[in-house]
Amino acid sequence: MSEYAVLGKRLPRVDGPVKAAGTARFTDDLSLPGMLYGKILRSPHAHARIVRIDTTRAENHPGVRAVIVGEDFGDYRYGLRADTRDEYPLARGKVRYLGEEVAAVAAVDEETALEALNLIQVEYEVLSAVTDPEEALREGAPQLHDDKPGNISVHMKTSFGDVDDAFRQADYIREDRFYSQSVLHGFLEPNAALALWEAPNRITIWASKQSPYFLYRNLSNCFNVPLSNVRLIQPYIGGGFGGKNGGYPVDFCAVMLSKKTGRPVKIVLTMEEVLSSHRRRHPMIVRLKTGVKKDGTILAHDCRIIADGGAGTGVGPSTIANAFYFLNLPYVVPNVRYEAFRVYTNRPISVAQRGNGIQQIRYAADVQLEMIAHDLGLDPVQIRQKNAVYTGYRTASGMNIHSCGLQETITEAVKAAEWETHYRPWQEKEKEPLGRIATGVGIACNSFQSGARLTGHNCCTAVIKVHEDGTASLLTGSTDSGQGSETVLAMIVAEVLGTRLEDVFVPQTDSTVTPVDPGSFGSRVSSTAGNAVLIAAQDARSQLLPVAAELLKAAPEDIEFRDRKVLVRGAPDRVLRFRDLTRQTVAWGSGTSIIGQGSWGQTVPPMNFETGEGDASGAYSFGTQAAWVEVDTQTGKVTVPRMVVAHDLGFALNPLAVEGQHEGSIAGGVGHTIYEHCVEENGQNLTPNLTAYGLPTVYDLPEEMVSLSIETIDPVGAFGAKESGEGTQVSTIPAIVNAIHNAIGVWITDLPVTPEKVLKALRDRKAQDRATEGGQP
Amino acid sequence: MLDQLIHLKVNGTLHTVAVPPHRTLLEVLREQLGYTGTKRACRVGDCGACTVIIDGKAVLSCLTLAVEVQEKEILTIEALGDGDRPDTLQQSFVDCGAVQCGFCTPGMVMSAKALLDENPHPDREEVRRAIAGNLCRCTGYAKIVEAIEDAATRLS
Repeated sequence: MSEYAVLGKRLPRVDGPVKAAGTARFTDDLSLPGMLYGKILRSPHAHARIVRIDTTRAENHPGVRAVIVGEDFGDYRYGLRADTRDEYPLARGKVRYLGEEVAAVAAVDEETALEALNLIQVEYEVLSAVTDPEEALREGAPQLHDDKPGNISVHMKTSFGDVDDAFRQADYIREDRFYSQSVLHGFLEPNAALALWEAPNRITIWASKQSPYFLYRNLSNCFNVPLSNVRLIQPYIGGGFGGKNGGYPVDFCAVMLSKKTGRPVKIVLTMEEVLSSHRRRHPMIVRLKTGVKKDGTILAHDCRIIADGGAGTGVGPSTIANAFYFLNLPYVVPNVRYEAFRVYTNRPISVAQRGNGIQQIRYAADVQLEMIAHDLGLDPVQIRQKNAVYTGYRTASGMNIHSCGLQETITEAVKAAEWETHYRPWQEKEKEPLGRIATGVGIACNSFQSGARLTGHNCCTAVIKVHEDGTASLLTGSTDSGQGSETVLAMIVAEVLGTRLEDVFVPQTDSTVTPVDPGSFGSRVSSTAGNAVLIAAQDARSQLLPVAAELLKAAPEDIEFRDRKVLVRGAPDRVLRFRDLTRQTVAWGSGTSIIGQGSWGQTVPPMNFETGEGDASGAYSFGTQAAWVEVDTQTGKVTVPRMVVAHDLGFALNPLAVEGQHEGSIAGGVGHTIYEHCVEENGQNLTPNLTAYGLPTVYDLPEEMVSLSIETIDPVGAFGAKESGEGTQVSTIPAIVNAIHNAIGVWITDLPVTPEKVLKALRDRKAQDRATEGGQP
Repeated sequence: MLDQLIHLKVNGTLHTVAVPPHRTLLEVLREQLGYTGTKRACRVGDCGACTVIIDGKAVLSCLTLAVEVQEKEILTIEALGDGDRPDTLQQSFVDCGAVQCGFCTPGMVMSAKALLDENPHPDREEVRRAIAGNLCRCTGYAKIVEAIEDAATRLS
């Protein structure tokens, strides 16, 4: 039985009704009087020098109001850090990927803008392109950026413990290569911006951003406008998943076109533009060497990564660091060595996507652990139990685990999956003929950060205005891109003030009103913004308390706020309606305003992108997943009818929202594992629509998803809560790949698991079996 | 190309609009008539976010020319309840957690409505088939299927 009145309840999200009614307004639903429509001209080449751009014909086209090119932005470049600013609003000098933004047009309607794009004449000198990261590292490869020799965007090399000695001590060593492909964010709302420039220097922009304050700073720098004059109003966001974090050309161009024309300008990308040239997850080649004792105890990892960064750095340093941090979790790894190259290629820019670098490394590490268990004849559950980290554990690299329910998640996942009934080791199944449909079960574990601790401004702030009728407004810069954080944060306010969820209103982020915030990435909102909201709510409560004590003639410490009432402990007859208390407080003396404020940052120093030493977050979640697969051995098609998730999320602030996060993570993970793939040729995406790309439909995802929350009440997160939005997606891939091995005895080390790869692996295995048999007289 | 003057009956209201013959119903609904509840996402018939109901059938408005659907009964998400008073189907979506970012939701609801209007007691497979053309990145679909089944129960 929960001690809370509001928290821990399965409350439907507060923005559900307007979204279900279609009245929630997304960026493309907005328009302003006199608004123009923008369109972007993109490069038809993966790598080329821009010799000349002639915009004259486009400018003279009837209905066109402005045409802009790279020079209009001067030398402005943007990026995560001063040393990684390698992106331009529009290309300068050369283009580095097919689809890169070259020019933009504002016209009276979209059709006219499109016509004008065709009238812009760009003369290119085509350069040889490199689209493979390993080739890009070779000597003599085409070079993307003059100031980044060798096409190296990020390099990280680090080591903890004595790796060489550990390998000498090891009873068994495996070395494998894994590849994780290019995966797109897959949000259904294309990137969009509506901008209004007001002379001499005010910008108002409505843009679809999960982390609006990146763009707020970008626009201030780009247009040399004080931050006070950048008003970024956040409409509803149609999904982000990491692809709506920063400023992008669509945003800069909308503002510049508005500045040139004096009119509001809206640009909405097409899905083809998003899929061909917008950001995506880092493809990674992971070479992993692991040494174990014969009982399966992990002694060391030695990992080398080549990540395809595309043509820019984006948030790449965090991706590369994350992959290292989560080489160290969720299993005990006493010795670890890591070297990663994030490489420039003539492809669209790789950034964070739900899991940011952690999927790729955990896919490799957890599948390899399964390989090791198989090779040594160990049980897949026991090898994970044996290696699982625990509360109080400190990784070799210095990450501190303050709460950990990993063992419980293994136990619960195994129980819910009826593992004992369904699991038989492949060695046993191998002796039987493979039927048309082969089934298998697989298990994998995960860990994730509860709020990435980045450098720079990293705290969340909440302001709570309590109105005289007992309702409250919560001002926060932490956006809800669909995950439900608005509801969860409002629940915290209602809990502390003793009101109801419907009494709390959370307006959308507006940079002139809401406090600056890092953004919704790295699973930070519930735990980090949650704590800020908790502090702010307590602050507001403390302003109400003296008046309540006076009115009820009670000691402040005896007063309780519950269900819209103010009560005195032990004196049931002394009661005040909360709204009467707020009304009286506001009118007290000559009057006052009840405004609570709270800030909360991470409790650990910033992530170290050089050495990876120390923590990546103040708290870590843990989880276990079990997948059930069916493999059609004639067609190679893999389906996942059932999946079980058990997640140590500290505390489930809203179990309904948590289930949604777990199921969504499974959906993204299944897509990544089995379906999603960009077919490319010379830097061109040949699958630039959602069907060809393979975004999963209802038929492609598990019909049954079981979601179990393990509550460990973390000492750091708000009310003990840790993340639940990304960790699950981390273990989805290895759980499925391990289950495929359990079904048909092949290891898939190259994603996605297409039918072709499954059939080839089956043929290779049969050929190998025949060869082995032939070799034995 | 010259505009044509056409009559569209949307949610029971007759609108007279001048449109070029190549303009899609989606564009006319959103940009000329203000029905922005119908979402513009892929524009090529992949995702189902623009689903409306025409003469009782779920239809992709991005692949339908406005001039083709004169004298037909067009229903958009606005024909159902609003944010203050969601109808039963919308309430089921909210209560079951079938809404996350909400961008696919109007199209999803319209596909579900077309199903339930024609077949008030669909089985699981019929529910899945009805939304097989509607993509959702957030939910994994399980709660959407649950919401439609919940609505079917509540409506019967």
